[in-house]
Amino acid sequence: MQIDTYDPGDFYDELFEGVGTPRSQAAPLINRIKSLSIDELQQRQAAAQSALFKLGATFNVYSDNQGTERILPFDIIPRVVSAPDWEWLERGLKQRIRALNLFLDDIYNDQNILKDGVIPAEIIQSSKGFLEPCKGFSPPHGIWCHITGTDLVRDRDGQWYVLEDNLRCPSGVSYVLENRRVMKTTFPLVFNQLPIMPVDDYPSQLLETLLNLAPSGLPDPTVVVMTPGTYNSAYFEHSFLAQQMGIELVEGRDLVVADGYLQMRTTKGLQRVDVVYRRIDDDFLDPQAFRSDSMLGVPGLMEVYRQGRVALANAPGTGVADDKVIYAYVPKMVEYYLNEEQIIPNVPTYLCWEPADQAYVLDHLDELVVKAANESGGYGMLIGPHATEEERAAFAEKISAQPRNYIAQPTLTLSRVPTLVGDRFEGCHVDLRPYILYGKEIYVSPGGFTRVALRKGSLVVNSSQGGGGKDTWVIANPSQSPSQQQSQS
Amino acid sequence: MLSRVAESIFWLNRYVERAENIARFIDVNLNLSLDSPLGVDQQWSPLVNTSGDQSFFKEHYGEANVETVIQFLTFDTRYRNSILSCLKLARENARSVREIISSEMWEQVNDFYMMVKDASVTSISEYSPFFNEVKMASHLFAGVMNATMSHNEGWHFGEMGRMIERADKTARILDVKYYILLPSPRDVGTPLDDLQWIALLKSVSGYEMYRKRQHRISPQEVASFLILEREFPRSIQFCLLQTERSLHCITGGSQGVWQNPVERELGKLRSELDYLTIEEITKIGLHEFLDQTEISLNSVGERIFETFFTLEPVHV
Repeated sequence: MQIDTYDPGDFYDELFEGVGTPRSQAAPLINRIKSLSIDELQQRQAAAQSALFKLGATFNVYSDNQGTERILPFDIIPRVVSAPDWEWLERGLKQRIRALNLFLDDIYNDQNILKDGVIPAEIIQSSKGFLEPCKGFSPPHGIWCHITGTDLVRDRDGQWYVLEDNLRCPSGVSYVLENRRVMKTTFPLVFNQLPIMPVDDYPSQLLETLLNLAPSGLPDPTVVVMTPGTYNSAYFEHSFLAQQMGIELVEGRDLVVADGYLQMRTTKGLQRVDVVYRRIDDDFLDPQAFRSDSMLGVPGLMEVYRQGRVALANAPGTGVADDKVIYAYVPKMVEYYLNEEQIIPNVPTYLCWEPADQAYVLDHLDELVVKAANESGGYGMLIGPHATEEERAAFAEKISAQPRNYIAQPTLTLSRVPTLVGDRFEGCHVDLRPYILYGKEIYVSPGGFTRVALRKGSLVVNSSQGGGGKDTWVIANPSQSPSQQQSQS
Repeated sequence: MLSRVAESIFWLNRYVERAENIARFIDVNLNLSLDSPLGVDQQWSPLVNTSGDQSFFKEHYGEANVETVIQFLTFDTRYRNSILSCLKLARENARSVREIISSEMWEQVNDFYMMVKDASVTSISEYSPFFNEVKMASHLFAGVMNATMSHNEGWHFGEMGRMIERADKTARILDVKYYILLPSPRDVGTPLDDLQWIALLKSVSGYEMYRKRQHRISPQEVASFLILEREFPRSIQFCLLQTERSLHCITGGSQGVWQNPVERELGKLRSELDYLTIEEITKIGLHEFLDQTEISLNSVGERIFETFFTLEPVHV
């Protein structure tokens, strides 16, 4: 099937308005695809995959001790985001991060939002991500979430929603950078015709964000990336980011608390570390403060952190806002802290601990998606319309037993992008994860990681569940200065 | 540089060099067996004896012959020092320092590992070019590292790893010859003996270089060449000189003066070889001397570990 007979069907398609009518921002891309034969496209697809493998953009397969690495399946048909859409999304994401950050600072200090009754206190108290040891702490410049990867989705009518906030250790940004590098060689002509916003300055922006956290008065602060180690599935990304920023990649065993500071073991003795971009979870950071069985962390780290002698990004404790019950209160947070109306809406969410909501959810399980409040990666989830009677019954029991731990949302029909499957184009469902950095200012990397559900008809885009990736092209606004546009390559 | 990173680069190079030298061990014995008179079987047990783990071998293989010894030293993943195990460890070390080494180094060590892994599921005949390929892949790795990685602190740790490993293995290869000679001392000086020494030189790629220097093959001169020669890159003394050079590049201290236990231990060993003659070595006994050298090299390795890779535990 050629691209001009591709049928978007009864879905919102990111590239087509209807059969044979590309959206205006995607037209040069579709023209180029039309000019290539399926054979040629398949060859370019294979070349792109093998380039990614050579670049080492791989993730580990947990269950395999042969040291097998796989690349995330990559599709060469990009997703294109129009300039007005992006301008709106960027404003919305900045607003959301500002509100979430004020919320985090508030609940670990004055808790005004609880005192004013906007969010019930017991919801915070019962959240797994709420860390008692962080109470009374104020991180440098009052910023808690320095690196965020917000998941966005689009429903059948094209409406954007925020699905998840991911304020802990969002991964995937290395794919954005590597996919772009590969796409420039896949469709060089289209890059010449479209003002695609560049993504290459992410590592520089990230480094600036991290340097901004260093205790003041240090002429040359030491910034490191901290990884759980080579067996972590995102190890490639940790190593890649350290390399791109030119900083050390450390493991817990490289670090030690000595003389009141965090130090790393070097061939010339201990050396002080000032800022840690940690890619390990809160629970594992410091066995003295959190999980005592953690072999990955550094004993005493939290004490040094509390004294302001080392900065951590993200700050411990941000996970409380990843709780899907607390997510439901973000619109209220925006109103409470910013006195604004939320720009990008939440997906409507039913809270099972509220009796009316729970009754509705139990009545409509076959229409809803039910999610555990504190799971991620597509785990602990029921997709009502696709589930069996037994699966729904099992979830109904879980909901009644632990209502606080479950929320439900209507089943969205995620938007689609044509995807090269074998020798034909098929519409596959996608989401979008832009990366937001909160340093001196808030920076949103243009585009983000488009995850695509490669299993036919599947709505689950997680890499652990058969998902793949696509490049995301944000078309620059003509009014933006040329320096912000794609360098022609 | 992080201690862990320095240690990984050190071991990455040691393991690659170790894999190469095991291939050389096997190669010399295969060559010798081709030259043996008919009816005289080449001995394979000395390879097991010098490689270290005799009881493991006995338990899992029983008799030492060409098949069992090749399987054991090349592909046995239960044995830590088989070629395949070494490359697996080399690759793991490389993977943990990928952001420090060049991508070409990573690619080469990865390809090297894959090549041996693929070979492990086929059967290796004793005449296959496999052992030569292992040798060349190791040279390629060293060349790639030399040509693509900055000659910085990490590079010098790698160089030390490779040179210490090579010195140790050259000592062991010489020692194998000593074992092989033992049962028939009456062969000393016969044409068969000559052939064996030539095979030995070839196994360390030293035959041509030796000829240019000495012309005539004599056991004493071959031993002297492999121990004391300052210019041949696989002789023990050459390796010690290179290790010392890299060590002083790392510490910034000048040669001939020591500031830490590694410099002292290594300097002692190297300067001893500066002034020893082969006659003195023979008087000590070649086997005894080589044994002592291996012990000293071990001790240098331990000092490197203590000085650079571990720090005293800190109490808070």
